[in-house]
Amino acid sequence: MSLDAKIPPGPLPEKWDKHKLSIKLINPANKRKYKIIVVGSGLAGASAAASLAELGYEVEVFCFQDSPRRAHSIAAQGGINAAKNYPNDGDSVERLFYDTIKGGDFRSREANVYRLAQISNAIIDQCVAQGVPFAREYGGYLANRSFGGAQVSRTFYARGQTGQQLLLGAYQALERQIELKRVKTFPRTEMLDLVVADGHARGIIIRDLVTGEIRSHAADAVVLATGGYSNVFYLSTNAKGCNATAIWRAYKRGAYFANPCYTQIHPTCIPVTGDHQSKLTLMSESLRNDGRIWVPKLPKDKRPPYEIPENERDYFLERKYPSYGNLAPRDIASRSAKEVCDAGRGVGPGGQGVYLDFAAAVERLGVEAIVERYSNLFEMYERITAEDPKKAPMRIYPAPHYTMGGLWVDYNLMGTIPGLFVLGEANFSDHGANRLGASALMQGLADGYFVLPMTIGGYLATIKPGQVKTDHTVFAQAQNQTRALTEKLLSIRGSRSVDSFHRELGRLMWNKCGMARSEASLKEALAEIPRLRASFWKDVKVPGSGQALNQSLEQAGRVADFLEFAELLCRDALDRRESCGGHFRVEHQTEEGEAKRDDANFCYVAAWQHAGDNKEPVLHKEPLEFEHVQLAQRSYK
Amino acid sequence: MKLKLKVWRQSNAQSAGKFEIYEAPDVSPDMSFLEMLDGVNERLTRDGGEPIAFDHDCREGICGACSLTINGVPHGPERGTTACQLHMRHFKDGDTIVIEPWRARPFPVVRDLVVDRGSFDRIIQAGGYVSANTGGVPDANAIPVGKESAEMAMDAAACIGCGACVAACPNASAMLFVAAKVSHLASLPQGQVERRRRVLNMVETMDKEGFGNCTNHYECMRACPKSIHVKFIAQMNREYLRAASA
Repeated sequence: MSLDAKIPPGPLPEKWDKHKLSIKLINPANKRKYKIIVVGSGLAGASAAASLAELGYEVEVFCFQDSPRRAHSIAAQGGINAAKNYPNDGDSVERLFYDTIKGGDFRSREANVYRLAQISNAIIDQCVAQGVPFAREYGGYLANRSFGGAQVSRTFYARGQTGQQLLLGAYQALERQIELKRVKTFPRTEMLDLVVADGHARGIIIRDLVTGEIRSHAADAVVLATGGYSNVFYLSTNAKGCNATAIWRAYKRGAYFANPCYTQIHPTCIPVTGDHQSKLTLMSESLRNDGRIWVPKLPKDKRPPYEIPENERDYFLERKYPSYGNLAPRDIASRSAKEVCDAGRGVGPGGQGVYLDFAAAVERLGVEAIVERYSNLFEMYERITAEDPKKAPMRIYPAPHYTMGGLWVDYNLMGTIPGLFVLGEANFSDHGANRLGASALMQGLADGYFVLPMTIGGYLATIKPGQVKTDHTVFAQAQNQTRALTEKLLSIRGSRSVDSFHRELGRLMWNKCGMARSEASLKEALAEIPRLRASFWKDVKVPGSGQALNQSLEQAGRVADFLEFAELLCRDALDRRESCGGHFRVEHQTEEGEAKRDDANFCYVAAWQHAGDNKEPVLHKEPLEFEHVQLAQRSYK
Repeated sequence: MKLKLKVWRQSNAQSAGKFEIYEAPDVSPDMSFLEMLDGVNERLTRDGGEPIAFDHDCREGICGACSLTINGVPHGPERGTTACQLHMRHFKDGDTIVIEPWRARPFPVVRDLVVDRGSFDRIIQAGGYVSANTGGVPDANAIPVGKESAEMAMDAAACIGCGACVAACPNASAMLFVAAKVSHLASLPQGQVERRRRVLNMVETMDKEGFGNCTNHYECMRACPKSIHVKFIAQMNREYLRAASA
């Protein structure tokens, strides 16, 4: 199959408007005959479900949490970007577009990114209308701040809880549609398979996590908004439940997986304290607006930070990137931190940390102003580490945080299986090889509120509603396969817990396919992953039964999928013999240690097709064509 | 450190539950409370038992999934802290810790420490929103909001919907939860059109779901991991009286 991104013709700024005009419409009276399944209730899923229901479609929403309000979008702290230019500092759609393309290291589609920048403003309008309590100036107008990797102040925020407030806005819009009986929700359910009939996505198989029942749901289209796969590293800033099962099983049913090697390591997380660690906690990078990052100039310097004089400190981001300084993009800031720690200059237990110091900002603005800005982050840091960041600098270290790769989608957000749409972090579409701060919330809501509700109509207008019901044989087959898989996991009764396998996989991925990757390390990973997977299927111990709430069983399915997916991630990383954004191959760097792209050979989207279990996947390439911007080496100096 | 745990075990909503005793022999003070439970579950799995079921997800104090009553206090002894952010350094070697689910009739136990909080979603469905369809809204800066109102709205909107307020209340009242949403939206110009209808419908649903009334114990505020203030309950009562008498 050839990859057609279906990018509309015409000048970049006009593509989206023209495309909307060209999409076939469905008569309002007919919309209710179409049923749409939405899996995932984060920003993308909840906003899509609410908006689709408002248009008149019948919608079913599935999430594994006990309430749609708990999806992991809730944890986003810093903010959401938009090209409003309220501060009058020279922002525009064009500039947001360019920053995003450049920030993504020229590995995303121009047309998608331009549309994202265009839609950004409407998102803010929508959220304000819903009552999202964004920060305000005294005159009552919206406040903005600058955020990692941007030289304008275009980020809107609600204290350190922007994700929560935006998600509650979308959740409340969704709950309103539930009350109006246009949406049915199924909390505590997990999608375990995608059902494809006659080449079209026609439904899903779910497990009711409370009763254990395996059930079929049919629809005219399936929307996956199930988030990213950072938990393949075990330790990440993602919620414990975040997983790749929905997108991975869709991949195994024929959806192509794009750019899995593009993973983002966030520079400002609280360092690991011991083997018991179950997850890593992010400190919003908004802290980098006022915090200065440094390490001692001397290796193995054991003095406490306040005893190290100014001239013996290395503010390495300010030194290396004078124009962006501490606000350098995430991939660059993370790699620089790793570099100084690898050189033995890291701080804290194990030397895996750098300082984030607020002393200068406190001196400039006073301690009260700084506390007002970051109170909840300071409290969170102190709660976890028992150290007060007002008195001593924070210690931070990079951690897996976001994944730019995901299921391949065209301009309409439809995957390679007709009728399967993929939104938010679960798709690959807008961030290229690296995402800028405060752009995840923007993309999730752009996809859910404004893109999908338009584009899905174009697909639905080509099909008759209700063609496939759950009595179709494909549903029975898929149910049987799901049941067999569940029973197999329960029947092994080996000696090791699910978690122990997950930890081992995570360590392997972090060491061999983390912030720096080499041909040798990736080949080692590709040899070790199948061994670990085989050992999992022989020796995992999943206690309990399938007919009740069984958290070990839920986790076992997710880890089983990560054990397969990890191989694809490494394969993609091996195949991309260049460095770009979050993907850093040590063989491909400039003399100064910066990522070295190879535009002549790798300016494409790598879309992988499943070829069957234990067979090599097939690589399809979607060339990236740049008409509007000039490819350049990213420079933040 | 070495701890003894008394944990509530219950196979499902229908069955009777009981306390079981477990040892936690090698607890580090840097562990979070949930990481300590992870360790207990790891041992239980290894030794042929069934791990303790508990709700958790983000483990950074914002998703609201945690629902553990620790030594009789929802989310445990530290103020303004969810159980996932409670660290073991707040306990002493040799302590016995009692762990129960939220105890309230409108939150039936699903299994062990997991409860069903669907009643909270149904209260929001009754009116905890601004009816603004996607598109067709004015420019964001066309609706100025005074900084004080915006801060007040944000103070209320910080609620994470965990239900600790209900679990802490002797009446299993959900007043703090409902008041937080009512006050958030009543503080903003966007919330004015539906202001009366919202408070009436949300309070009616709250009563129907079986939550009790407020008798001013203020245990809810003490237990709230986001320290939502009881002044919002007073505000909701005013909102309700105004709406009911109109």
